[in-house]
Amino acid sequence: MTWKGKDMDTSKRNLYCNLAALCLLAVVLYLFDQYGTEYQIRILNNMAVFITLAVSYNLVNGMCGLLHLGPNAFITIGAYTSALLTMSPMEKQMSFIIEPLIWPFSVLQAPFFVSLIAGGVMATIFAFIISFPVFRVRGDYLAIVTLGFGEVIRVLCNALQGVTNGPLGLKGLQPYTNLWWSWGIAVFTIIVITKLVNSSYGRAMKAIREDEIAAKAMGVDPFRHLMLAFLVSAFFCGVAGGLMAHLITTISPTLFTFFLTFNLLIIIVVGGLGSTTGAVIGAALFAWGGEALRVVESPMNFGAFTIPGIPGMRMVLFSVILMVVIIFARRGIMGRNEFSWNWLFTKLGLNAK
Amino acid sequence: MNDFFRLESLVMQFGGLTAVKDFSLSIEPGELVGLIGPNGAGKTTVFNMITGFLTPTSGRVLWQGEDITGLSVHQITARGIARTFQNIRLFSDMTVLENVMVSFHHKVRSRFWKAMLGLPSHGKEERRIRQESYRFLQELNLGHLADEKAGNLAYGQQRRLEIARALATYPKLLLLDEPAAGMNPQETMELADLVLEIRQKHALTIFLIEHDMKFVMGLCERIKVLDYGISIAEGTPEEIQSNPDVIKAYLGEPKHA
Repeated sequence: MTWKGKDMDTSKRNLYCNLAALCLLAVVLYLFDQYGTEYQIRILNNMAVFITLAVSYNLVNGMCGLLHLGPNAFITIGAYTSALLTMSPMEKQMSFIIEPLIWPFSVLQAPFFVSLIAGGVMATIFAFIISFPVFRVRGDYLAIVTLGFGEVIRVLCNALQGVTNGPLGLKGLQPYTNLWWSWGIAVFTIIVITKLVNSSYGRAMKAIREDEIAAKAMGVDPFRHLMLAFLVSAFFCGVAGGLMAHLITTISPTLFTFFLTFNLLIIIVVGGLGSTTGAVIGAALFAWGGEALRVVESPMNFGAFTIPGIPGMRMVLFSVILMVVIIFARRGIMGRNEFSWNWLFTKLGLNAK
Repeated sequence: MNDFFRLESLVMQFGGLTAVKDFSLSIEPGELVGLIGPNGAGKTTVFNMITGFLTPTSGRVLWQGEDITGLSVHQITARGIARTFQNIRLFSDMTVLENVMVSFHHKVRSRFWKAMLGLPSHGKEERRIRQESYRFLQELNLGHLADEKAGNLAYGQQRRLEIARALATYPKLLLLDEPAAGMNPQETMELADLVLEIRQKHALTIFLIEHDMKFVMGLCERIKVLDYGISIAEGTPEEIQSNPDVIKAYLGEPKHA
């Protein structure tokens, strides 16, 4: 059996399955859009934003095996860039009361989509600049350098009042982010990153993760490929930052602390480092689970005794779940495996073998 | 003097330690040359200088008329020098086929954005790489293991996969660092046949390090001997076997009663 034959047999079926899955997603989104409560729509939007973030973050941490701790910086840059572009010059003038907004941001205004792309591009530019110092080191040192960068950006957001309005943040953004935008971008991110990971470039990245010395000896330039992953990841983090800004409609530096990076790290570790499917599952569980667990914080009545509502109980339970996952599935829910139609069909016993 | 491959007085110093001193060697196209010496003689250091993992303190590496001293590892690989490693370095969590496919990457022509958008030109290239990689696996009797994780292979198979991976970069000069290490006599014999076979088939020049004397003496046309970083002899297997300096390096001087 040649490889070509095997590919051809299933590729058509997989294409149809993918299209069917997309249609199903569209129908579900439509139903929620029409009949869902505001609360449900909000959770779904959050889920999509976190899927975009986790999938792109996983490209660096999971596929390339780098402990990158600075995605919050790129999310911040994306969020601010995009927010500054969608606000009208009038609004900006009213918001920036301490120090006026510097030119050209003060006069520029762009449609939502353009502002998202601009956020992504701006994040990519910053990623490009810092990739030179970052990739001189590896391992723990790389973690520290990227962590430091995240903090620098946060501090700058507080200090550069002429650009970011400092601690006051930007308020009253238009809630442009709806289900179509957030899920559209999430699906696009998943497709593009999956294609990249499964291509020759993705293999080179994984080879660097497995053994950088051997990868070099096989002709792979580590710097170029790590940078590629880093920039692609930064771009989508920036776009997701823009989505986030127009979902929450108020942004300030406190929103983008290291805690955000930490949440993303938990998501991809629980989902399975190096698995895009895992990142999606992790993000979905995080966004939905975080809300679903609110139940435990309300007062509960067990007939004989009553538990008063304990704020923060949610986080305790969340930690317990985390520990259970790490103990029983050390490599996360998916490990490094990916969902595939072949796998599903084999499980269902439908694969002609 | 030839223009194919020449090492000119390579010196490698680590701080105060001179690991390799004044190492010169010239290899003709198609030759099979061995590098031997006791442990710690600096053999792997020589390989590391050739492949760019170390930049020599002084001296030059000349390859097809070009000075490649100080180039990065991947650039040297792209110029047609491939190597295997003394301690096996496979991409353990990737499949056997993917391990070989990585070697094609430096020649991939479609840009990354074409890959990301899944354009047909990239798909075509991918399929070609897959086919050709599979051919290399079949050649080294690993075809049936293509979808297995590389880390799950038996030791001898892992060694063969390392060679397959190096071959897939389409080298003209292949450096084998102790290919027979840890193999039993039967496997070593098969390996010797394999080395001759791939040399014939891919028109390779081979430079190898090995401790198994039977293997080296039976296989190599010319042997270079290193001891404490100094090359002490060079010649045919017969000449090396009877060279008093070599015997002294390996066995020590006879004690005077």
